[in-house]
Amino acid sequence: MEQLSREQMHDILYKMCVARAFEERVLDMFSQGKIHGTTHLSIGEEASAVGAISVLRPDDIIMSGHRGHSHMVAKGADVNLMMAELLGKKAGYCKGLGGSMHIVDLSKNNYGANGVIGPAIPIATGVALGLAKENKGKVILNFFGDGTSNTGNFYEAVNMAALWKLPIVYICENNLYGMSTPIEKTCSVPNIADRAAAFGIPGEIVDGNDILAVREACAKAIERARSGNGPTLIEHKTYRWLGHSKSDKRVYRTKEEEAAWKAKCPIKRFKAYMLKNGFTQAELDDISAKAEQVNDDAVAFAESCEEIMTPEEAKELVFVKEEYLK
Amino acid sequence: MSEIQVMQAIHDALREEMLRDEKVFIIGEDIGIYGGCFGVTRGLKEEFDLTPDENTPIGQWPEPPIKDRRLIEPPIVEGGFTGIAVGAAMYGYRPVVEYMFSDFVTCAMDHVVNQAAKQRFMLGGQCKMPLVIRFPGGCGTGAAAQHSQSLEAWMCHVPGLICVAPSNPYDAKGLLKAAIRSDNPICFYEHKLGYRVKGEVPDGEDYTLPLNKAKVAREGKDITLISYSYTTVKCLEAAKQLEAEGIDVEVLDLICINPIDRQAIIDSVKKTGKVLIAHEGVQKCGVGAEVAGIIADSEAFYYLDRPIVRFGGCDDMPIPYNKELEYSYIPQVETICDKIRDLLK
Repeated sequence: MEQLSREQMHDILYKMCVARAFEERVLDMFSQGKIHGTTHLSIGEEASAVGAISVLRPDDIIMSGHRGHSHMVAKGADVNLMMAELLGKKAGYCKGLGGSMHIVDLSKNNYGANGVIGPAIPIATGVALGLAKENKGKVILNFFGDGTSNTGNFYEAVNMAALWKLPIVYICENNLYGMSTPIEKTCSVPNIADRAAAFGIPGEIVDGNDILAVREACAKAIERARSGNGPTLIEHKTYRWLGHSKSDKRVYRTKEEEAAWKAKCPIKRFKAYMLKNGFTQAELDDISAKAEQVNDDAVAFAESCEEIMTPEEAKELVFVKEEYLK
Repeated sequence: MSEIQVMQAIHDALREEMLRDEKVFIIGEDIGIYGGCFGVTRGLKEEFDLTPDENTPIGQWPEPPIKDRRLIEPPIVEGGFTGIAVGAAMYGYRPVVEYMFSDFVTCAMDHVVNQAAKQRFMLGGQCKMPLVIRFPGGCGTGAAAQHSQSLEAWMCHVPGLICVAPSNPYDAKGLLKAAIRSDNPICFYEHKLGYRVKGEVPDGEDYTLPLNKAKVAREGKDITLISYSYTTVKCLEAAKQLEAEGIDVEVLDLICINPIDRQAIIDSVKKTGKVLIAHEGVQKCGVGAEVAGIIADSEAFYYLDRPIVRFGGCDDMPIPYNKELEYSYIPQVETICDKIRDLLK
């Protein structure tokens, strides 16, 4: 196992804590009626996003699905602009036109979220085709859930990526449930990674709550993709602590099961590792406190943004303005 | 000027744009040495991707690696490869997707409707979508209900897509070149019988046409006959035949069906006061319904002296295989003439 520098450990823990604190505030604001629509939270899955993205180069690309807040944070998004987006403000990443399921920050090579189950896999594969054509050694990480791995999009796109040896790493965050349905009822194999065999590519099963294991598997897959050997399918075994979306009462699973997974909290686990590797409890508390503070600031910022897009301004964004459209 | 067929015009537009911009690539089933389902891309694979080797059959000539490939032949998965084109377009390439039959967009609807049309808007304008999808459609080849449809009205219903359906070589070439250079997603409708339509195209001239303008294809004063795609060719023939009966028909070729050139419709209707709208797509909720709506809620309404008449494909059944039934399913020259005679009574 690799030895992380102090700076790396600090950055990883900070990003996991920011992602967690962001989503806790989103949950809170939903229950207060301050955010409308819906949202899909990934509390408990932070090591998957932060660990995988922490081994990328800044010019590498990510794309995720509907449960994408942690990926945004991991790729360096500004929580002020994320929160503003969730509040529908013009200051948000997508000017309040996309919301939780469509947050994207192209300036950080983050192709962001997608609200439909499945299509992001071919789209990410298309970005990978662009990367291959560009030939600058960049790769893309594509995050999706266990449910998405059952769609035709998955089979169609991974087949083409394997065939053409595209620079992409597929990361399935298997959180055991597609909305309320347990994976045993939807998936014909016990492990999503087993499906890699169908495409003749490596499939790796990883403890998604162990950030060091996540980093190790991802680094290997990225190296393979970057050197022109094609995709890898990585399965992160993890668990979403909360429901599928804000209205989910979680009647389909037991409190005991939830408690068992909470005991495997990726943040708690990484803190224990940091304590053994030179950090003091006070330093860790300091990192957590700072993550809480930036999110308090994000809420204050988003609430203070007055401006929202007018229908006229929004209509201007449908098409790139070109001579014939005037 | 040279007289060429629509198929050649589309081929030339693709070739010229691929030579002009190396970011342009084509993705579609069997578009390589087979030349695509209807032969439109014939010769392009040899020119752009293959190195001739006299000692081996063409099917064994080595392909360049994917990074250098300009004509990409994916597996038969319209959904998957349309998604790949969407991603490549978001990343700044200029993919041109070819479907074998326009009907097969049904396998890729999510990528066209939910992704290509909406990404830029949902992202608050952060990305562009320089994507062209070519739809060979239409009736008349005996291919029955799943390979003959004209479903373009579906795409016109989606904010975020531009739809064009030219009827002649000049328009097809200029529009396709404009579409490939556009940073917006364009649905480019072609007609399988229309591929053989001939017309004059300037030699060696690099021209583009606007993606939102209609054209008066024939001037007349008695009635406005509005159409697009291959049905425009039938309308022009009907107008010629009716001339012998002393009926002077104006034919308006919409060319662009989303957005529709509202003013061109209004101007023509104000001149003639009578309208017939003809197309192959089923009449109900078709493009003709939108044209009728434009007339009804504009000042053109006050100039009408007959009801607006729509004449589309049959509403009540899918396209039949039997030759006679297929023929009668859509507007033909004789039935267009009959409709006009009735309307003028």
